[in-house]
Amino acid sequence: MSDILTIMWKEWKDALFQGGWNAWIRPVILIGILGVVEPLLGKNAWMNLSPIELVVFLWFAFFVIISIVADAFAGERERHTLETLLASRIPDRAILLGKVAMVVLYGWGVMVVGLFLGAGVYNLAHGQGQHAFYPIDMLLFTLGLGLLVGTLGASAGVLLSLRISTVRQAQQTLSIGTLVLGGAVIALLQLLPKEFFITFTPDQILLMVVGVVALLDILLLAFSLARFQRAKLILS
Amino acid sequence: MAELAIRTEHLSRSFGAVQAVDDLSLDVPAGIVFGFLGANGAGKTTTIHLLLGLLEPTGGQATVLGFNTRAQADAIRTHTGALLEFNGLYERMSAEDNLDLYGRIYHMPAADRRARTKELLVHLDLWDRRKDQVGKWSRGMKQKLAVARALFHHPTLIFLDEPTSGFDPVAAAALRDDLATLVKREGATVFLNTHNLVEAERLCALVGVIRKGKLLALGNPDALRFKQGGQQVEIVGRGFSDDLLALLRERPEVASAEVQNGHLILGLRGESEVGPLVSLIVRQGAEVEEVRKGAASLEDVFLTLMEEDR
Repeated sequence: MSDILTIMWKEWKDALFQGGWNAWIRPVILIGILGVVEPLLGKNAWMNLSPIELVVFLWFAFFVIISIVADAFAGERERHTLETLLASRIPDRAILLGKVAMVVLYGWGVMVVGLFLGAGVYNLAHGQGQHAFYPIDMLLFTLGLGLLVGTLGASAGVLLSLRISTVRQAQQTLSIGTLVLGGAVIALLQLLPKEFFITFTPDQILLMVVGVVALLDILLLAFSLARFQRAKLILS
Repeated sequence: MAELAIRTEHLSRSFGAVQAVDDLSLDVPAGIVFGFLGANGAGKTTTIHLLLGLLEPTGGQATVLGFNTRAQADAIRTHTGALLEFNGLYERMSAEDNLDLYGRIYHMPAADRRARTKELLVHLDLWDRRKDQVGKWSRGMKQKLAVARALFHHPTLIFLDEPTSGFDPVAAAALRDDLATLVKREGATVFLNTHNLVEAERLCALVGVIRKGKLLALGNPDALRFKQGGQQVEIVGRGFSDDLLALLRERPEVASAEVQNGHLILGLRGESEVGPLVSLIVRQGAEVEEVRKGAASLEDVFLTLMEEDR
């Protein structure tokens, strides 16, 4: 566990917050959009965490993660730091899981801060003297699914960047992959028979979504761990 | 027999049709600086990768500090430090964070990490710049920091892959001095890949010469100079034509013959007589003003070995 924390510390220092105030610009902008602009535009629907708001939160977490995860291995390779890291005693699993954990924590953290800031902004702008808050069950569901969707993006990104030699190449591949994934989800929803939505309650459907995303997370992480081999990374 | 830091037995590694390391058998005693000499692409870096267990050999085996590279690579990496082809520094992090990271990786307590950071950075004259982002540093400063990082966790064995490559002579000499002092103070074994023969001559107690993955020679620099290099003769004069050089190279006692800055430089095998060669040169119409005789340098030995292997 301490090795995973070491890699997370390194990622925090190196990739995410590289020192200096300008390192905070990106998360502040993202949190500003999610926690200030969106609740002001969304009004009442915002506080209900309706499906559209839910998708906005999840998409934000996913987007933030996809935008930084390409740096995980492709960035290290491009900056010639990977070989030295691999020559140290740090175990393979710690490197991989530490990188995934830090990226997820960053994307999910932006979502969580945005979520709570949004509630405050909504109350200031539209509260009319009453204190409104998200439905607790939807809040917990959003936080949980956000974590799973974040892990999905991070695992897919790390898996891709294991073998790709430049950050740009990894980002391009991830962008195309995200479009394909989005298209596949939309196509799947259209192909599902109408009875599906009658047979199952919204809660059951949401649970199925959680199950599918969790399964994909486990598969992608397991596949990444299997593909993480020092000898191949040194040669690639 | 001294304790061995490294032993390779018929170690081989190929990449497709390319034989990067070919039947390498080598013993490196503990506590010395071992120089691994070879031109670019000779197989030096691949050898380090094999010894660190980062690559699987395609044949033979190796033990490093008593650990097998195939089965106990984690243990090898725990007891070694490395400065590889690139310095591997995180340029967006500060110097002290770079060192702290590797201290954390090797599970050093926080107080030890702080003390070690100060000790090494003060010694290398980098302490005042410890908060700087490394990316803003000069190449020489970065390389010194990378040396500090390789030594940070008190490794028993340190791999250095051409640490002064691309440096100007002054910077290379300064880094070499720092390296020599640190290594002596730490008492570690050093496996030094280099094609800088002056570096090898000054630092190494034992050198191996590699070409196309094959070990051509192994010994201490003095012994190699005596055994392989023989003598060197420098002849000052005029009229050293290509025909004369070709004629000299055909002589069995001549290992090499070339003209440098108008001087004829002859590398001789063993204890050869110089007189008959001077007579030959004069008979061929060249003028001889002065003949200087001396021991071959490691560079001459290296070039002779390369020539012989062709």
